[in-house]
Amino acid sequence: MSKLAFSMTEAREDKINDASTRGMYNSDFEHDACGMGFIADIKGRKSRSIIDKGLEVLKNLEHRGAVGADPLTGDGSGILIQMPDEFIRKAAGRQNITLPKEGRYGVGVMFLPQKAVLRRSVETIIEKIVIDENQQFLGWRDVPVNPEVPGHGAKLMQPFIRHCFIGADKKIKTQDEFERKLYLIRRIIDHRIRTELKLDRSKYYVPSFSSKVLIYKGMLLAPQLTAYYHDLLDPDMISAMAMIHLRFSTNTFPTWDLAHPFRMIAHNGEINTLRGNKNWMEARQAVMESPYYGKDLKRMIPIIMEGQSDSATFDSVLELLVMSGRSLPHAIMMMIPEAWSKNDLMDTKRKAFYEYHATMMEPWDGPAAVVFSDGRVIGATLDRNGLRPARYVITKDDLVVLTSEAGTMFIEPENIRSKGRLQPGRMFLLDLVKGKILDDEEVKKEIIDQKPYGKWVEDNMLKFHQLPDPPFTYPVDHETILQRQKIFGYTKEDISMIMRPMCIHGEEAVGSMGTDASLAVLSEKHQPLFRYFKQSFAQVTNPPIDAIREELVMELTTYLGPEQNLLSETPLHAHRIELNNPLLSNSQLEKLRNITKGHFKSTNIPILFDSTLRHNMRERLEQVCNEAVSAAKEGVSLIILTDRGVDDSLASIPSLLAVSAVHHSLIKTGLRTKTSIIIESGEPREIFHYALLCGYGANAINPYLAYETISDIYRSGYLTEVESYEMAKKNFLKAVSKGLVKIFSKMGISTLQSYCGAQIFEAVGLDTEIVNKYFTGTATRVEGLSLEMLEEETVRRHKAAFDIFSDPYSLPAGGIYHYRRDGEHHLWNPLTISKLQLSTQRGDYKTFKEYSELINNQNIKHVTIRSLFELDASDERVPLEEVEPASEIVKRFSTGAMSFGSISWEAHTSLAIAMNRIGGKSNTGEGGEDSKRYIPLPNGESMRSAIKQVASGRFGVTANYLVNADELQIKMAQGAKPGEGGQLPGLKVDKIIARTRFSTPGVTLISPPPHHDIYSIEDLKQLIFDLKNANPKARISVKLVSEVGVGTVAAGVAKAHADHILISGHDGGTGASPIASIQHAGTPWEIGLSETNQILMLNGLRDRVYIAVDGQLKTGRDVVIGALLGAEEFGFATAPLVTQGCIMMRKCHLNTCPAGVATQDPELRKRFAGKPEYVINFMFFIAEEVREFMASMGFRKFSEMIGRTDKIIPQRLNNHWKARGLDLSKLLFKPEPIYPTNSFRTREQDHALEYQIDHELIKLAQPALEKGKPVQIKMRVKNTNRTVGAMLSGEVAKRYGDAGLPDRTILIEMEGTAGQSFGTFLAKGIELKLTGESNDYTGKGLSGGKLIIKVPEGITYDPTENIIIGNTCLYGATGGEAYINGVAGERFAVRNSGAYAVVEGVGDHGCEYMTGGRVVVLGKTGRNFAAGMSGGIAYVWDPKNQFMKYINKQMVDVETIINENDFDEVKQLIRKHLEHTNSNRAKLILDNWDEEKNSFWKVMPGEYKIALQKIEEEKASETSSELQNRSSEDSMELEAANG
Amino acid sequence: MGKPTGFKEYKRSKPTLDPVKTRIKHHKEFEHSFTKEQAKIQGARCMDCGIPFCHGDTGCPVQNYIPEWNDLVYRDRWKEALENLHSTNNFPEFTGRLCPAPCESACVLGINDLPVTIKSIERTIIDRGFSEGWVVPQPPKVLTGKKIAVVGSGPAGLAAAQQLARAGHLVTVFEKNDKIGGLLRYGIPDFKLEKWIIDRRLEQIKAEGVVFQTNTNVGMTIQAADLMKNFDAVVLAGGSEKPRDIQIPGRNLKGIYFAMEFLPQQNKVNAGEEIKNQITAKDKNVIIIGGGDTGSDCVGTSNRQGAKSVTQLELLPEPPAVRDYNTPWPYWPLILRTSSSHEEGVTRKWSINTKEFKDNGKGEVYALLCNEVKFEQGKFVDITGTEFELKADLVLIAAGFVHPLHEGMINQLKENGLQLDAGGNVKASFGDFPDAYKASINKVFACGDMRRGQSLIVWAIAEGRKCAEAVHKALMTEKHESMAVSSSIKPMLI
Repeated sequence: MSKLAFSMTEAREDKINDASTRGMYNSDFEHDACGMGFIADIKGRKSRSIIDKGLEVLKNLEHRGAVGADPLTGDGSGILIQMPDEFIRKAAGRQNITLPKEGRYGVGVMFLPQKAVLRRSVETIIEKIVIDENQQFLGWRDVPVNPEVPGHGAKLMQPFIRHCFIGADKKIKTQDEFERKLYLIRRIIDHRIRTELKLDRSKYYVPSFSSKVLIYKGMLLAPQLTAYYHDLLDPDMISAMAMIHLRFSTNTFPTWDLAHPFRMIAHNGEINTLRGNKNWMEARQAVMESPYYGKDLKRMIPIIMEGQSDSATFDSVLELLVMSGRSLPHAIMMMIPEAWSKNDLMDTKRKAFYEYHATMMEPWDGPAAVVFSDGRVIGATLDRNGLRPARYVITKDDLVVLTSEAGTMFIEPENIRSKGRLQPGRMFLLDLVKGKILDDEEVKKEIIDQKPYGKWVEDNMLKFHQLPDPPFTYPVDHETILQRQKIFGYTKEDISMIMRPMCIHGEEAVGSMGTDASLAVLSEKHQPLFRYFKQSFAQVTNPPIDAIREELVMELTTYLGPEQNLLSETPLHAHRIELNNPLLSNSQLEKLRNITKGHFKSTNIPILFDSTLRHNMRERLEQVCNEAVSAAKEGVSLIILTDRGVDDSLASIPSLLAVSAVHHSLIKTGLRTKTSIIIESGEPREIFHYALLCGYGANAINPYLAYETISDIYRSGYLTEVESYEMAKKNFLKAVSKGLVKIFSKMGISTLQSYCGAQIFEAVGLDTEIVNKYFTGTATRVEGLSLEMLEEETVRRHKAAFDIFSDPYSLPAGGIYHYRRDGEHHLWNPLTISKLQLSTQRGDYKTFKEYSELINNQNIKHVTIRSLFELDASDERVPLEEVEPASEIVKRFSTGAMSFGSISWEAHTSLAIAMNRIGGKSNTGEGGEDSKRYIPLPNGESMRSAIKQVASGRFGVTANYLVNADELQIKMAQGAKPGEGGQLPGLKVDKIIARTRFSTPGVTLISPPPHHDIYSIEDLKQLIFDLKNANPKARISVKLVSEVGVGTVAAGVAKAHADHILISGHDGGTGASPIASIQHAGTPWEIGLSETNQILMLNGLRDRVYIAVDGQLKTGRDVVIGALLGAEEFGFATAPLVTQGCIMMRKCHLNTCPAGVATQDPELRKRFAGKPEYVINFMFFIAEEVREFMASMGFRKFSEMIGRTDKIIPQRLNNHWKARGLDLSKLLFKPEPIYPTNSFRTREQDHALEYQIDHELIKLAQPALEKGKPVQIKMRVKNTNRTVGAMLSGEVAKRYGDAGLPDRTILIEMEGTAGQSFGTFLAKGIELKLTGESNDYTGKGLSGGKLIIKVPEGITYDPTENIIIGNTCLYGATGGEAYINGVAGERFAVRNSGAYAVVEGVGDHGCEYMTGGRVVVLGKTGRNFAAGMSGGIAYVWDPKNQFMKYINKQMVDVETIINENDFDEVKQLIRKHLEHTNSNRAKLILDNWDEEKNSFWKVMPGEYKIALQKIEEEKASETSSELQNRSSEDSMELEAANG
Repeated sequence: MGKPTGFKEYKRSKPTLDPVKTRIKHHKEFEHSFTKEQAKIQGARCMDCGIPFCHGDTGCPVQNYIPEWNDLVYRDRWKEALENLHSTNNFPEFTGRLCPAPCESACVLGINDLPVTIKSIERTIIDRGFSEGWVVPQPPKVLTGKKIAVVGSGPAGLAAAQQLARAGHLVTVFEKNDKIGGLLRYGIPDFKLEKWIIDRRLEQIKAEGVVFQTNTNVGMTIQAADLMKNFDAVVLAGGSEKPRDIQIPGRNLKGIYFAMEFLPQQNKVNAGEEIKNQITAKDKNVIIIGGGDTGSDCVGTSNRQGAKSVTQLELLPEPPAVRDYNTPWPYWPLILRTSSSHEEGVTRKWSINTKEFKDNGKGEVYALLCNEVKFEQGKFVDITGTEFELKADLVLIAAGFVHPLHEGMINQLKENGLQLDAGGNVKASFGDFPDAYKASINKVFACGDMRRGQSLIVWAIAEGRKCAEAVHKALMTEKHESMAVSSSIKPMLI
């Protein structure tokens, strides 16, 4: 390795370090997802061929990995095998090292520094410690590698790889004991090297250090692995198992150590609760004890090293649990428990096991497919949601192959014993020693029976009803309530818009349009501390969860009281108080305050300070923390932080600050798990507040003033909708529970226990001092408020409560949700709205400038971050005429994604016409588009939206829809409600909307929170590929919402080959969202855009994607700021709507828009007064203003401006009482790229479409495509052939539209294992028949085609018991037929709106969100069948009468079939199934039809039934009225009048 | 919002007026409050806009939370509606009767429908409040000991005084006339505002501690320096009293008066005072010069006095019947407004310039020589050949007011450094910031017409309130801790 390379390495590191200290990059937000799996010999026979097969599988998963700017640098791959004794012995022998017998020596695989001197000092420490620990240090071996193999980036980061050999001391009796010793040694070495040599993991890392397993891994592509490691080709390299992994990381600078497998696992997924898990582990490790390690345990701490990835962290803790005595599967069950509490199908012993362990550790929550091994067993498990795929095959010659997808290794069909998939929460284990496969039941039973967990829980766990009634409970004090509400900053809006709806409906309040009010830190008003935090949410790298339809995985139960030693198991561990909901009633709190039962002890710590003394808050806060620490030391197990007792001078420390400060003090002192934090406060009143308190460590909350407020408004007659105060409170609590569950589901978290302390928030405008000290680990990129300012804010609030001029009868207005003159400042206000409307309606640029001046010049009242930016006009001015013309600039503009459904036909088409006229783009939104609009109007204009959105609901996403787009936009999140789904109530679904969404009028349409085909970055890559196939000419865009880490996600998206990335601000509009989401989720686009641009630049990826930005863009200045921060395209939504008459009623969700914009009411639509010209005027005015700025800054071409953050001068708000500390420099940092790149899009992505077999299909199908002549095609297919049929379907749709070709015009027969997305968007007229099997997303978006998957001849397994297609098949299908001769994975026919399908068994969540079509299941179903199903019919064959346990009846009725038509329908479908697949099951049923027909259930949503009836009635009445019309002139006139 | 679909279901209706025939026979009010039910239905029309333009910069100057009390009325929560209304507006009984209601012209419903009857709902709320006995004094809980003089007892002075008294200050209001109320009492005819309505409110204000000193013309009766010496703060809240005159030949003839000479006399007569040689329109041909509200008041009063004919002249052209291009929503529209007084009988003439008052030989006016005009290049020019004569026995000049009277107080203060703005009003800034309402000399504040020039009652109230806050802040900043506060909260330390 040359010197130059080293200095380059260092330069590169410097750049990264620079980017993370001065810019927005933070390694914490790197994500990865992957292909992974294992192959093993069931009998434990070691062989060379197992390794070969493992490496082959790895290569066949290549498409799941990714490359960055450098096509030869992969994100990582690796292999874990059993210790190959012969090989190692041979290799050691070459170094003249004689090894003891197998099992008595260990091999340390060491990634060491390249610099020899440094390396030697590392080695010395290792040697010394091995000897100090009384083991034999046997020597070193250079691992032979080919340093030229890795790609450019990887090469620079290459470690020096050596093996070291350690011999077991005589005193060591067993191999397990030796493993534990090796583990101890490694931990000690790790700490020593980190502290003494200050080396981070890129310089020193130990992939494995074991006598049982050996790992080879690196920043390599799959084929590079063997080329790099010569060892892997050695004939003596043998193992009975091989665990493999291929990594797809969002970033390109992950280092060698981050490749999997880790010491015990390989992981596909992401731990969402990592921050909390880490904190809790930090607290726990202080009180751990283990008989195996005794005092040595302290030397192993910290268990978790800083800077580790989530998977590595998980691995570290798992390793600890195993090394201290638990079996590997046991430890896995602790860390990734299945969803147990709501599972009625689970036996009580198993539940007790989970309940017992829940008292010890919170779940490590997030999507996870984990394969694990200790060399003796190898297994795999899935998280409770089953959000990662894992398929396995067991062969007759005793081989197991388990991988992320089927078909990675060719196996003769005859040789297959069985096929399966891992199911949510389930485990699969192979005991290599016993030579036996254990299924979930068997593995877990053994573990569950180890100890009497059930009895321990029964005897020790305390429930609230077991606690004696308290002597006293605080009553409601109506007399002082108003004063106290004022002290805690309540507003009228809090009560009328937030709390009241919760009390009435038991749900959070819904609102519409985006937020345009001041950021908390910029507001002149005092703000509750809560408002400085923004919720994070899942996008791309992991999915949000549907907390409503998939409620069974959600959990709010937590435990109060001290935790016990993590490394042991005693009955006392279960001695905790069970809490079903984090909100304590007053009497529950008193029970705790007065607790005498068990080993519990409580204490009160007031969090009040004297508001008349300066710095008293800081002092008091310190005292509170000290008091908490002392209390915990003295054995207090319930710390109650309370602000009861505020008065005219005593004010409360913000409850969130108190909780988090105490939480972190206790963590730092190692006392956190000894005590619980309960906050008794008048401050928190909305769901978001409770979420924050829990997220920062509160175990329970008593919001006494919220309760009193409910009582008060009930008493004063404000809740006449509910019958009693108790009911109101119950509803409120219900809303809180639902809301909390929703907030953590947004991040993909399922349980409160793991949400507690997980800190899934970003602070906007808090000083690093506050954050580091009190909110340790929270992201904050915009510095601002210091503790002193926070104190001032609190004091101001307190004083305002006693302001003599304040209304003596009621609270301040608020003005956050609705504009109030004395409330929060809004950018949309009477003046700006009216000026914008007038100027665009009249084409009056002068008035427009008045408007833009009102928006741009926020000197007195700041609202946005960009208001603090000044544009640098110091360079020479350019004459305006020389600046790029406005007609060019407007082409960079688009209108926002607003669905037809959320806005009226008139508004939607007006925008489309306008944008088409100027060469910009309009966006369909997620509601599909009427195909009429693809045909130009007689005057040559077009109503076709250039951007077609693909959202989670997939409404109307057909092949025809896709081919009629210039851009296909995958909506990962929406600014107003990122991480959430939506619902269009049946009432609003009229005929046209139903038609464009391929559904039924009157039937509710649900958009799920996640795209069910995007659970990770590699899934997104697949969807991008699918869309690109369907329409190769369209740009593929991915819409993301600004939050911390969005830049890293964007880098992943760019690596997934998106052409275009849209960064949306948190403030984007909505037709209906929970008010809290509109306000509190996501961050301003300035932050997200800047982060995205910085990270793409740093990664060298910037020039292969367009970056667009949107979110309350209103003026030319906004566009200029966006461009300078790195965007090249711009979206506008609210402002164009305003030109069309929107006056920000914020009533879109009520369908009562008086401007006819956001309503479907025919009467109100008549009031629509918009015209395309107004939109055009707006766009040109904006462009004109942009030009003026460009001229003043000296830019001639727009592209010159992109990314020029140096032209932004941040302002300091010296006169603003709290914003004066704002520091925006991180946003303006300009990173130096590691790879060369331009600062805007100049390069095509390589979509690799040329390898698609569809080209061949299209060629062969020419006669059909051109002349409609039938063709027949035969072909073989492999798992690497992905998205087969989509490109062909695009060709059909382009020529024949929705109608497609006549049935069976293109007949395709294939054989083999098809890759993902087989037959996706298959168009009408194509019949695609596969003999073999296929993977996830088969038949996704089926658009009228026919899909047949059948098992090969000669198989001996039963198709009805074996899996044949993967997860999420027929997702969003709009029409066509599918016949599946086997079992499908989870979520079969999810959101199907028109396909007819027959299948022989389905996994969990079958027919979820289905809105139309038919599904016949001739076999077993998984749990949660028909959740959220609002239309269509499912027929389930259930001869054993078990189906009822598996169905989710929230929306559907289940009945036996009685109607002859239904029988005919089912029989017809089964007959076709038999005809196409030759299914035995179909034959069996048909042969015994008279008997079997009674074993069918009919599953049908009630609403759908009514809707169908209504359609029938309407048809009938239409016919009769037609008849009448002919005979009566009167009714003709009436008709005309109505028309 | 009461009813999301209310605006679709209900039509706008206005309160009933007594018929012209009967109402012109007396000087009493003839417009009625809504019934509860009417108000409720009208309240249901309010859409609770995300941006209530009625309440915003384009609407109500006093920032009434209009959507909130519309909703409360719809829900039959009248007392809360009253509290809400009072939280922004000290005197809704005045604005509910007299305000031209810029709120209604900014109402979102007015874009493509008829706006909500905001003003009438306001009046209904306060009328009901008084009849239910809900309007009670709110005396301060703690006194600050600060003494404040308020000069002028019109709506601005009263609002400032009331707010300051409630804040615990000792407030004295100086009024040059013998009765309190300023223009409200003397300028607004009784048929639009009966004076017991002012008295009713004054009872409350007095009970809250405000002391009124009438017949005291600061600058004449007492010296401005006396106030400066004896008070911690002085609030100048006088009116814009200097009328705009019409300086044309014949102006000195008898029978030509300013409106503000004419109107107060009738009010005093109504109040039982005797006026010698009252200017009366009885059996006269009355010409009113000026097409505004004061002119309109002259029309109504003249008709009640039994005028032979009433003609109102306006220099500007006749405005359009409906909002036109030049005054789009949500701005105040320039449209033809027909007041109730107009309904009672008047000839309105537009684009008329009066050239000369003609002498009947006895030094009395007998006719006006007029000309039609057009507006050209920023000027009104006569249209040749349109000259005509109008018979006139009584001419009332209602051409607006230019600025406060400078004689006396203002001139005295000027000597101490008080500055006036270009329009001759007391110079002080306006808005929501610390120095607002402060005049150019220490401890002097100004609000209402005296600061902003002639304007609406609602603006006067708005300024009075804001000015009070500014005064309070100025007086209390230095010694904040001395300010005692409500001690209604019980300590609840655990």
